[in-house]
Amino acid sequence: MTQASLDVSSSRRRLALDGLGIAASAVGFGLVFGLTARSAGFTTLDATLMSVVVFAGAAEFAAVGYVATGLPLPAIMLLTGFLNARHLLYSASLAPRLQPRPIVERLAAAHVLTDEAFALAAAHFARVGRVDMPGYWIGAIGAVFVPWNVATVVGVVLGGAIPDPARFGLDVVFPAAMLGLAVGLVTNRRELVAAACSVVVAVALAVAVAPSVGIIVGALVGPAVGLAIPGPPALETALDPAPMGHVGREDPLGEPDGSDRG
Amino acid sequence: MTPYLVLVAFAMAAVTYPSRALPLIAPGVERLPRRALQYLRLVGPSVLAALAAVNAVVVTESGTTRIAIGIVTAGTLLGLVIVVWRRNLLLGLVAAVALVAVSRATGIAPLP
Repeated sequence: MTQASLDVSSSRRRLALDGLGIAASAVGFGLVFGLTARSAGFTTLDATLMSVVVFAGAAEFAAVGYVATGLPLPAIMLLTGFLNARHLLYSASLAPRLQPRPIVERLAAAHVLTDEAFALAAAHFARVGRVDMPGYWIGAIGAVFVPWNVATVVGVVLGGAIPDPARFGLDVVFPAAMLGLAVGLVTNRRELVAAACSVVVAVALAVAVAPSVGIIVGALVGPAVGLAIPGPPALETALDPAPMGHVGREDPLGEPDGSDRG
Repeated sequence: MTPYLVLVAFAMAAVTYPSRALPLIAPGVERLPRRALQYLRLVGPSVLAALAAVNAVVVTESGTTRIAIGIVTAGTLLGLVIVVWRRNLLLGLVAAVALVAVSRATGIAPLP
């Protein structure tokens, strides 16, 4: 076994452990989604179909409310599209790394690209310095897709027997997990400035306009401000088009060798 | 199965999936200018930090959105401290959940 594969194995173990907390949260809120859908008149199959084909928790919760209040379909589509527009950023961020993968694999990966899947994958890829698709599937399917969908079914079936996940503190898992995984991606001053600016803009616009607007605009403005900060020399060189050691075409966003940390 | 709800599910998927897939299947992404690649590299920490912040300090009640520093904020920060200190996300999440659950169970913090 090579050192590189050892590193991947270690990172996958860490990914699986990180994913446990996220899976617990997905189960808690999947149960509540199932219960909410049932109370809005969804059958088990209706709720399951939505969870499998849409697979976007916040949009699904919102959709139950839209349906219950009789919102017309075009409006549901418009609001869903807007709520999920941030996925465009995840996809664009991962695209340079995933480009060498077969298109069928990329199409499948896109379906399960949620907030949590992106966070776990981005942290894992940064640790191993390259794409690791088994790691992607562990996070996207093992920690999110399966728990969410199984819990949806159970939630519809069990109905009123389900307690509020907030009683168990599970509502803190999502922000704590996102922040914890963001920390793993901050390896230099430029990334720190981008993340900090993103927070300020996101919170300000979330209050002034809407939370989804704040998140999207914050995530767009933060990197632009971060680019104004001089990057580490190693990173600048690694992102040059010319071949650079182990950071090549397969991983244009990869860590050069850890020398840009701190 | 309710035909209208099936239609709703597929309509929602029709507007969600493209945002996840289009950049992944667009040709030539790996040949973007260096500046664009640097920008994309910064999207990860930025979007995750934005998601965390908005979920930790912003609440919407009765149609009004406001900043609310509460037990979820404290739990998120406790999780952050433990992740930075121990380099262990699961441990951070367990501590955050424990803080929030105990605070609510003992009445220190209200249920949302």
